[in-house]
Amino acid sequence: MAEHENAPNDSIIVCEDVHKWFDDFHVLKGITTSFEKGERAVICGPSGSGKSTFIRTLNRLEEHQRGTIVIDGVELSDDLRNINLIRQEVGMVFQQFNLFPHLTNLQNITLGPIRVRKMTKSEAEEIALSLLERVDIADQAYKYPSEISGGQQQRVAIARALAMEPKIMLFDEPTSALDPEMITEVLDVMRELARSGMTMLVVTHEMGFAREVADRILFFDEGAIVEDAAPADFFDNPQHERTKLFISQTLQH
Amino acid sequence: MKPPAHTKGPARWMKDNLFNTWYNVLLSCLAFICLFFIFKTLLTWAFTEAKWGVIPANLQLFAVGTYPREQIWRVWSVIYILCVFVGLSAGIWGGLVLRFAVMFGGIWFIGAFLPFGFSTRGWFLGAVAIIAASFFLGRGRTGLRPWILGGWLLSFPLIMIVLRGFGESGVHTSNWGGLLLTLILAVVGIVVSFPLGVFLALCRQSNLPAIRWVSTAYIEMVRGVPLITILFMGNILIPIFMPGLDINQVLRMELAITFFSAAYMAENVRGGLQGIPRGQHEAAQAIGLNYVQTMLFIVLPQALRSVIPAIVGQFIALFKDTSLVAIIGLIDLLGVARSVIANRDWFGLQAEVYLFAAIIYFVFSYSMSYGSQEIETALGVGEH
Ligand SMILES: Nc1ncnc2c1ncn2[C@@H]1O[C@H](COP(=O)(O)OP(=O)(O)OP(=O)(O)O)[C@@H](O)[C@H]1O
Ligand SMILES: [Mg+2]
Repeated sequence: MAEHENAPNDSIIVCEDVHKWFDDFHVLKGITTSFEKGERAVICGPSGSGKSTFIRTLNRLEEHQRGTIVIDGVELSDDLRNINLIRQEVGMVFQQFNLFPHLTNLQNITLGPIRVRKMTKSEAEEIALSLLERVDIADQAYKYPSEISGGQQQRVAIARALAMEPKIMLFDEPTSALDPEMITEVLDVMRELARSGMTMLVVTHEMGFAREVADRILFFDEGAIVEDAAPADFFDNPQHERTKLFISQTLQH
Repeated sequence: MKPPAHTKGPARWMKDNLFNTWYNVLLSCLAFICLFFIFKTLLTWAFTEAKWGVIPANLQLFAVGTYPREQIWRVWSVIYILCVFVGLSAGIWGGLVLRFAVMFGGIWFIGAFLPFGFSTRGWFLGAVAIIAASFFLGRGRTGLRPWILGGWLLSFPLIMIVLRGFGESGVHTSNWGGLLLTLILAVVGIVVSFPLGVFLALCRQSNLPAIRWVSTAYIEMVRGVPLITILFMGNILIPIFMPGLDINQVLRMELAITFFSAAYMAENVRGGLQGIPRGQHEAAQAIGLNYVQTMLFIVLPQALRSVIPAIVGQFIALFKDTSLVAIIGLIDLLGVARSVIANRDWFGLQAEVYLFAAIIYFVFSYSMSYGSQEIETALGVGEH
């Protein structure tokens, strides 16, 4: 594994000059950044700027073609063992929830612990039930995802990711597919998670959430990080024209 | 408060559905008249002219072909092996399996009251007793599930060995015939071609081009050729390419049917695989499942369940297509039918014999179709 001298010691994610192309289309144009343990970063930016693609490269749902990504000391490469190791460390929550419709909510959560972490069924169920308690839907354990609301589904999805006891949680627009009245319940769960000290990378347009919870806001535009600042600086003193425009547009809504 | 009940009497139903407009009245009357004459002709023929004596006189031939009489205990042993597993499975799983077991047992129970020979009726009753006994033995022992599944798998080679026996003292496969042969060809074909088809479908979706091309080429080639051609080729080419191996004709036909059906099965499964959204693969990968686990626990359960009707359709097609082996010279159910009417004693009784064969094919095909609907309901297809 390569040494990264310029990265601070407690960085859990280190990206150096990460590039990604879809065929000829250059989506990520040299992302260099790092995230510390327990850091809560919000990623925002216009549609198509590569936010999703970036966080999806962090657990190899997308492959980067140049540069290095090191997660908790393990470099992401073609090595399948490394990929599987990293996927156990990194939980992901999707915009469309992506729950498994043929399994109950409880089974959705226990599948990973049983099959990947090799827990016994009863151990896994105990953990799953306590996680459902934590996201406030213990009474929905034995229902199927299709039988609960969108906000509840997203909370099951968060519990499913947490059941693997990840060190990092990635969120890709977790509230964008939700009806307005359900957004709060999901954001509440995420706030609680942030207080517990989880390392979180959140792609979102919820600027209120960003201002309140984030240690740091990264602004993406055309595949590059344009602005990277603490929330106070980001909102009150943005450096770049694109950021200013974006903030004025989003705050109008 | 309960919703208002919607039960209507048959008269009301007919009035609402068959006689609600003047043209529906006309169509219904026409249909009734046609049905009346068809059934009248058929029933008159069946009860006055038809000489049904040909069926009971050749019943053993229809059932097992030229399987020697003194070795018939082998067939019964196989049936008893199946009875043990059906009974145990019914006890352990209950539900749908139990209902199947009751129907299976019901056949033997009814058989015991039909005018067969004394010993045959004894065998029938024995089957019922064994099913009942193993049902009570297996009842509630859910811990045995993996063993019973393994047992079902092992029962296939066991059944073949029992039916065949060893060397000259056994029964050569050229003497296997009738419904027995039809069922063996169909069941083995179904059980082997299903996993093979799933495997081919997964290969066709593979990221590795070589695997994808080989499987696509195989599927398209097989689907481009009629089954009868493949049967002829299997019959002639397998001995040419593997001269050292003595592969008997039943096995050659079984191979041909299986490899033929697998290609169609693969296409059905592929349809199901394509219906699974990318997000399902991604969510599975994100919690750390590897490829095999993702397929086994996430993708295939959803994909297969969505194509149960197509898959069972393929099972039924395979079952009926086994009748083509009669052309190659095997004496399956249809082969027996043909040889019976070629017999001088039963001259001119084509209608009776073919109708009987058709009814048997229909009973099995319809059972499969009915079973697939039951399985769909049990799995809650379309609900979640
Ligand atoms: N699988 C793919 N194949 C080809 N192009 C893709 C693929 N996925 C994304 N893209 C393109 O890459 C660009 C960046 O996509 P990405 O999803 O990362 O944007 P985003 O910042 O998340 O936008 P949004 O806010 O709309 O989610 C877009 O132009 C998109 O069309
Ligand atoms: Mg996106």
